[in-house]
Amino acid sequence: MGKVVVVDYGVGNLLSVCRGLEQVGASVVLTSDPETILGAERLVLPGVGAFPNAMEALHGLGLVPILKDVAARHVPLLGICLGMQLLFDESEEFGTTQGLGLIPGNVRPIPDKSVTGEPLKIPHIGWNGIKPSSDDADWSTSCLARSAPNEAMYFVHSFQALPSDPSFRLADCEYGGHAISAVVSKGSVTGCQFHPEKSGQAGLNILQAFCGL
Amino acid sequence: MSSMRNLRLIARLDIKGPNLIKGIHLEGLRVIGSPAEHALRYYNQGADELIYMDCVASLYGRNHLADIVSDAAKDIFVPITVGGGIRSVEDATRILRAGADKVAINTAAVASPSLISEVARRFGSQCMVLSVEAKRCGENRWEVYTDNGRERTGLDVIEWVRKGVSLGAGEILLTSVDNEGTRKGFDCTLVQAVTAEVSVPVIASGGMGALDHIVPVVREGHADAVAMADILHYGRATIGDIRATARDAGFGVRAYG
Repeated sequence: MGKVVVVDYGVGNLLSVCRGLEQVGASVVLTSDPETILGAERLVLPGVGAFPNAMEALHGLGLVPILKDVAARHVPLLGICLGMQLLFDESEEFGTTQGLGLIPGNVRPIPDKSVTGEPLKIPHIGWNGIKPSSDDADWSTSCLARSAPNEAMYFVHSFQALPSDPSFRLADCEYGGHAISAVVSKGSVTGCQFHPEKSGQAGLNILQAFCGL
Repeated sequence: MSSMRNLRLIARLDIKGPNLIKGIHLEGLRVIGSPAEHALRYYNQGADELIYMDCVASLYGRNHLADIVSDAAKDIFVPITVGGGIRSVEDATRILRAGADKVAINTAAVASPSLISEVARRFGSQCMVLSVEAKRCGENRWEVYTDNGRERTGLDVIEWVRKGVSLGAGEILLTSVDNEGTRKGFDCTLVQAVTAEVSVPVIASGGMGALDHIVPVVREGHADAVAMADILHYGRATIGDIRATARDAGFGVRAYG
């Protein structure tokens, strides 16, 4: 039985993340308790809202060193949407804010123009296909082990993660001709920019692969 | 529709008490059946999103939608928007905790436009859907109605959506009271007038009665999404049929199945 701890730091719709994990057979604990998080076998960091508020909430609960400790011990950690962006060094959303620094790189706005100069609607909302970021991107040992290129996922975001090393990018989506990080990974730390818990069966397959089920 | 992103196909479920209902011009409500059964069917057909609208909450001052939403959110893994009777940030919080991803607000936003900003600030603009019930009142002019097309507001639809977006609405759910439930197609002129005015996504609602009605509302109206009820509830088409029609018309749609 896959046991997963979902970090509750008071943002948005957490019910759907928990239900998605249960649907694929995981047993889920939703908590903000540092001890429970330290003892997790697998950890999910959800997130909706703004980067500075989320970091402030994590600091307020004393969870920043806890999450770094867990990652240092190679416990599988999945950040979702804003939770993915929090994995990086810093974000430019509402000024510059330090992130968790678990994946080198930063978070910047999605360009408001397409590559051909047309205005681009921001936020990027809706279903978009994902594909390997490069020929070297290996999905077989990642949370994408059960996924196929071009499967559509549900995105809602105004900012994008830019890993400093392209090898941390597993999957991209395309928006206005720009390649945007969709799944990033470094060791045991993984992030999805889209919402797997809102992406139908294709998304549930990602949660299932993350849980090792 | 912006060619940059896929057209979204949305199943709309109008709710009264425990029942899925359907009316004409948002009135004369008929019971269709169980919201949960229909929602699951549309999810399994590949609906990109679901919208729940509580038809009576804004009249009776109650909010009994949370239970229906939390039931739905247990089995349905696509985005859910919920509207009807949301009057405060607290109401929105409750509905989001029950498993909704976005709230749609009409009556309370007209009464107190600052609610739009409060919800957007707290949960993000992507969470704040401005629901607009529009009724034609002249050549290319529409008036905003509330309380399921019953109450006039005196507001001009175009001016109201412009104001709503400036206050932080991240999406517009645009229902044509004239066409709703009539199966005669969308009010494409209305949709075109609104999409020309605002930069946020616009969901066209009201009138989808045949598969090919989807073509003009996207091609000429530039709708980013279409909400459908009657055509699905009475089994006259599936989401799959509609997806195939949209794809044949050359519109980008989510790869499904």
